[in-house]
Amino acid sequence: MREITADHLPDLARGAAVLGTGGGGDPFVGRLLAEQALKRNGPVTLLDLDEIDDGAFIVPTAFMGAPTVMLEKLPSGDEIIGAMRALEELLGRKATHTVSIEAGGLNSMSPFVAAAEAGVPLIDADGMGRAFPELQMLLPTLGDVQASPMALADERGNSVTLRTDGNAWAERLARAATVEMGCSAAVSLYALTGRQAKDHLVPGTLTLCERVGRAIREAREGHADPVTAASGVLGGRTVFTGKISDVQRTTTGGFARGTARLTGLDADTGSALELSFQNENLVATRDGEVVVSVPDLICVLDTDSGEPVTTETLRYGLRVSVLGVPCDPRWRTPEGLELAGPGYFGYAHEYVPFRGAEV
Amino acid sequence: MLRLGIDVGGTNTDAVLIDGDRVLGAVKASTTADVTGGIVTALGDLRQATGFDPAAVQAVMIGTTHFINALVEGERLAQTAAIRFGLPATRALPPLVDWPDRLVTAIGGHSHLCHGGHEYDGSPIADFDEAEFRAVLDRAVAAGATSFALSSVFSPVNAEFETRAAEIIAEQLPGAPVSLSHEIGRMGLLGRENATVVNAALRGLADQVATGLLRTVAEAGINAPVFLSQNDGTLMDVDYARRYPVATFASGPTNSMRGAAFLSRLPSCAVVDIGGTTSDVGILQQGFPREASTDVNVAGVQTNFRMPDVLSIGIGGGSHVLHQASGTAVGPASVGYRLAQEALVFGGTRLTATDVAVAGGRAEVGDVSLVAHLDKSVVDAALRFVDDRLAEVVDRMRASAEPVPVVAVGGGSILVPEDLAGASRVVRPDHFAVANAIGAAIAQVGGEVDRVYSVVPQQRDTVLDEARQEAVDRAVAAGARPGSVEIVDIEEVPLAYLPGNATRIRVKAVGELSLGGPRA
Repeated sequence: MREITADHLPDLARGAAVLGTGGGGDPFVGRLLAEQALKRNGPVTLLDLDEIDDGAFIVPTAFMGAPTVMLEKLPSGDEIIGAMRALEELLGRKATHTVSIEAGGLNSMSPFVAAAEAGVPLIDADGMGRAFPELQMLLPTLGDVQASPMALADERGNSVTLRTDGNAWAERLARAATVEMGCSAAVSLYALTGRQAKDHLVPGTLTLCERVGRAIREAREGHADPVTAASGVLGGRTVFTGKISDVQRTTTGGFARGTARLTGLDADTGSALELSFQNENLVATRDGEVVVSVPDLICVLDTDSGEPVTTETLRYGLRVSVLGVPCDPRWRTPEGLELAGPGYFGYAHEYVPFRGAEV
Repeated sequence: MLRLGIDVGGTNTDAVLIDGDRVLGAVKASTTADVTGGIVTALGDLRQATGFDPAAVQAVMIGTTHFINALVEGERLAQTAAIRFGLPATRALPPLVDWPDRLVTAIGGHSHLCHGGHEYDGSPIADFDEAEFRAVLDRAVAAGATSFALSSVFSPVNAEFETRAAEIIAEQLPGAPVSLSHEIGRMGLLGRENATVVNAALRGLADQVATGLLRTVAEAGINAPVFLSQNDGTLMDVDYARRYPVATFASGPTNSMRGAAFLSRLPSCAVVDIGGTTSDVGILQQGFPREASTDVNVAGVQTNFRMPDVLSIGIGGGSHVLHQASGTAVGPASVGYRLAQEALVFGGTRLTATDVAVAGGRAEVGDVSLVAHLDKSVVDAALRFVDDRLAEVVDRMRASAEPVPVVAVGGGSILVPEDLAGASRVVRPDHFAVANAIGAAIAQVGGEVDRVYSVVPQQRDTVLDEARQEAVDRAVAAGARPGSVEIVDIEEVPLAYLPGNATRIRVKAVGELSLGGPRA
């Protein structure tokens, strides 16, 4: 158990953006929101999963919507607590804890807002160990934890509660409601017991985010290589260093899909990498061969500064390093791959587990 | 084409006379607090050195760090009201939310929220509430605001709220400066709004400086058009600079990099530009500065207008040398523009970086005998400190482990050693001390398209071609010589969830200033 203050947030947010694998929303806005909430309400208590009673009633919250929109239409500040209260009302029970559903930029920060505003402890864990674009893509889904009943709330005070036939429907209906709410809304879902949390969440995610963020900062301050530092903490490996030579994007089915082409530099001179993304980075193909693929993590960092680069800021001329990081082993099971493997995202290739650094 | 390039830095004002690709003369004068005094001196000296006929000058290009310095110092800023249209959204993070307290105080800290702005699909978040806005305006004016920064959610897509509010201000307070976020920054409300507030806070100063510059040039007998250089290395006319002072913010580093490329004929290199108080390091790719990939923090404020990627450290020719038990350090305190009075080699009493460079045999400036008494171990330690810090910065900026050529420019570049760690070689071109002014003089004319297009995937190439052509046409219309215009940057960002694959496309074209063009 420890206390998190606004001073911890910059490292945490940077690391979360790395684990966000290019998606998860803007860490800057997320950090500011959390900072304001912590300044208003005081520090948030962070608990390990094994510090929670099995009977705890945990209500996670998150922001849902288009990252570009959330950078423009900033929150009013009432959305998160609005969604949480709406779900509590429906279930007739107050949350004892809250937790992050994904380790993404914005959604790794929004639980701090929820914890600070609701005055409940935050659990050091998340539902993915990374960021994914759809809200059924959580490890709890594999353990038959239901996303619904769930609630959505917007800045106007509108709220919607949903009971759905499975978590895929939760995604579809919540997405439709979010679009009506102006493409950004807060969502409260996957209410779970302490027992379920221990069984189905990824432990220690927030601490990992903080360690990654700190490693990047300290490497920069100590004039060491921040990419290597981040990779070391994550147990990953640099698969490519290059320059972005083209970015193509289209919007299909509500998601920004696209590809970026990278021309190799240094040891990778003469090679090319193609990065396919749908909000998050999904597949890295080197000279025609898949080298890292979802559900493993593909993290793109600015080669010089180690700053995480989101798929929305991929841009011609940027010098980046691409890291592969092994995902939580539960994603590598047949059920995990069915939920969030290459096939689900429409890729024909077989999933080959990415091997991290040789230990 | 005879051009005058002038760079007004914090310490020195440099002036060069260029004819085509030839540098006819270059001089350096001290910058004065009023900006124009240094220019008058520099022009007088340049005339004496080259005997140029003022009437024959065809263009005057000025780069100035004046506006960014005013912001950094928090001085001479207008009392500025930041008014945002976005309620009921955006309330959690009001205008000025992440600003340093010092700057909020300096601009009067007026932050206001009104209903309005747009959703992603163009529908209003709330209707324009004229009574609410007029009440906010009254409050801002009563609190002392004299300059107004207006922002609105999704204004790059629909600027209606900003323009309507600007009309009301124009009617209520004729002539009051109003800065609109959609004209200044990109998508991303906070970064765009912050840039707009900074711009608004500098409007009064920009007006004074622009008027001063025009008068000074005219009094020197020059009747050629006057341009200011922008962050990206292209030119703007003086009236544009009055309205958009932020566009000059990074012109100093940009000009020195462009000047370094011109002088060294190295289109790809690292440029180390050392002035009186700082060293700025940037990377040139194909002759243009590499741009920062993320929002840029200016004086503690997060902004999203385009800036070159530059890393600065507090080591310059005027940096104090401190020798203490804990070790020898150079900077960040500096004698600044008083170098010529305070440094030992010029008969002063302050031990500066320039003094140790002279004592260490790196340069011959001033009177060497005045530093002959310095302890060799202090000199060596100070120079080693400088070398280590410079090598570190170059190392952090270069894109690979591969050593890069380093071009050393600026008056303080005498500090750069011949043998710099990580540099494949150190190039010190002729006229290195006035690279800034040369960069200003060779600045080009730009044209830009920044719009939301509907991009059907099969027609991407057609749409991009259209945007490219329009950017080229605009550069030509702005005074670029047809045939010299090239596309230097393309950015495509789809606005997720918008119907019809709406994509924001931004294309920038740059060409040579044309002799016979509309503005030249």
